Amino acid sequence: MTTTTAASADSGERTVRKDSPGAARGPRRTGRIRRIGLPYLLLLPALLLELLVHLVPMVIGIVMSFKELTQFYIRDWGTAPWSGFDNYKVSVDFSAPVGKALLHSFLVTVGFTLLSVGLCWLIGTAAAIYMQDTFRGRGLLRALFLVPYALPVYAAVITWVFMFQHDNGLVNHVLHDQLHLTDKPSFWLIGDNSFYALLVVSVWKGWPFAFLIIMAGLQNIPGELYEAAALDGAGLWQQLRRITLPSLRPVNQVLILVLFLWTFNDFNTPFVLFGRTAPEAADLISVHIYQASFVTWNFGTGSAMSVLLLLFLLVVTGAYLLLTSRGRKTADV
Amino acid sequence: MAPPNSFLWSRRIFLTLLTGFVLVPVYVMVSSSLKPLADVSGKFRWVPSGLTIRPYIDIWSTVPLARYFVNSLIVAGAATVCSVVIAVFAAYAVSRYEFRGKRTFTVTVLSTQMFPGILFLLPLFLIYVNIGNATGIALFGSRGGLILTYLTFSLPFSIWMLIGYFDSVPRDLDEAALVDGCGPLGALFRVVVPAAIPGIVAVAVYAFMTAWGEVLFASVMTNDTTRTLAVGLQGYSTLNNVYWNQIMAASLVVSVPVVAGFLLLQRYLVAGLTAGAVK
Repeated sequence: MTTTTAASADSGERTVRKDSPGAARGPRRTGRIRRIGLPYLLLLPALLLELLVHLVPMVIGIVMSFKELTQFYIRDWGTAPWSGFDNYKVSVDFSAPVGKALLHSFLVTVGFTLLSVGLCWLIGTAAAIYMQDTFRGRGLLRALFLVPYALPVYAAVITWVFMFQHDNGLVNHVLHDQLHLTDKPSFWLIGDNSFYALLVVSVWKGWPFAFLIIMAGLQNIPGELYEAAALDGAGLWQQLRRITLPSLRPVNQVLILVLFLWTFNDFNTPFVLFGRTAPEAADLISVHIYQASFVTWNFGTGSAMSVLLLLFLLVVTGAYLLLTSRGRKTADV
Repeated sequence: MAPPNSFLWSRRIFLTLLTGFVLVPVYVMVSSSLKPLADVSGKFRWVPSGLTIRPYIDIWSTVPLARYFVNSLIVAGAATVCSVVIAVFAAYAVSRYEFRGKRTFTVTVLSTQMFPGILFLLPLFLIYVNIGNATGIALFGSRGGLILTYLTFSLPFSIWMLIGYFDSVPRDLDEAALVDGCGPLGALFRVVVPAAIPGIVAVAVYAFMTAWGEVLFASVMTNDTTRTLAVGLQGYSTLNNVYWNQIMAASLVVSVPVVAGFLLLQRYLVAGLTAGAVK
């Protein structure tokens, strides 16, 4: 039974109108709508669209992964011959070229994602904590820090492409001409350096989101906690370890999961940075699957790779949620 | 109680470095957009050799930027409106009613959040091609098709965020409205929606920004007439020349509306994220 007691909203800083006419409420039951169909009616548009943009494509994607779907069958993919698990076998046969490249791309993506999420979280947290109390220019700085997040991906990344140019880019100009750190101008968008180029762009673009979320989380920590801790003689470092970080735990759990999924699935950044074929050192999985499908025109294998990727993400997310919820339970005890 | 000096100094150093990291690309974008072509083709210079607004005039004729702009505006605008309206109804149902399949619905919506876009690209591509072959309706390459695909990102996020936000609007408010004779839709539009405006604005800003910045679907599912900005900017690189000054000018023109809108509405976005994601 849904009772109004569920609305025990701790209206901390909320600005909801509080003038609900408590006296004129009358008996509870009269006001409740008991039409069973209503929730389904409200859900109908969402259900239809979810069906259209998610469920049907997913089923088709899974079907496709069991077919020999090359460019000859694109116009009428239903007639493509069944191939059983062949597409999967090709994808996970790590001794053959296709599987080897997929494994390599997967490992690059995992390494890249861990580094990028870690750095985004670290910079975002540090910035949010440094800006927790007010000082002159704080508002301006906050707005500035959100600019990389607000810029459209292609506009931001294309600027980085310009900066990473071999002959006329800022990065080589600073590192080589001005600081003399390198013997000769480096290539950033091809070869092994491309991994770092991608990482820098990804962190530049991603850390403000962590900053935004952690700032929001910090606002929910009651100031009395810090005052009490200060009275007890706790230094800043102790306050950070004993109050700030533990209070941010639930926020961080959501944040890190979201950052992980976004970074792992990111297509836009590497695609604008490198084009349709990424250099080996920065061959993220999304671009890899895109290339397997739309450049080499093998949609069957591309679909099998997508399904494998999805399974991996499901397992990781499930494990993460299990671990963090268990962690939360033991922390409460 | 002032913080110790060591803290103040580490803060100054950290924030200065971070500001530099954030601003250098912005400076490059702005300054390069005002340079003559010879200047951006040679060695990078912090200080332009001469200032010109020529790139801002040329961008409109080198590629049909205005058309791309209109396409982006239509696609992102329509995707935003659709996902917000549909999400408001769905989130209201989930937040306020008990019904069979509620858990299944929310879990499904939540999990589609984590699916990679590439997973839907191939099937949607094939569906559009097949529908086109069978009925002659050109979804592939049309704005309508692109709008539909953009709902793959924005709809689950919007529903998820709005459930969280609606939950934080006290039930007393809309129950009182029901008692006073409003229908459920009346309660939704007169009470819940106004109280949840920050959350709705946050969701709309987010949906618009993702659609405005999307590259993957735009590069596969558009043709010459429906191309969006995300793909159109590639037109400034020709075989003979890369017009970096024009690319930077166009990037700036494309960015200003979203960045301005975002900074104006960021208060709502933070409030919305607090209610939707943090709780």
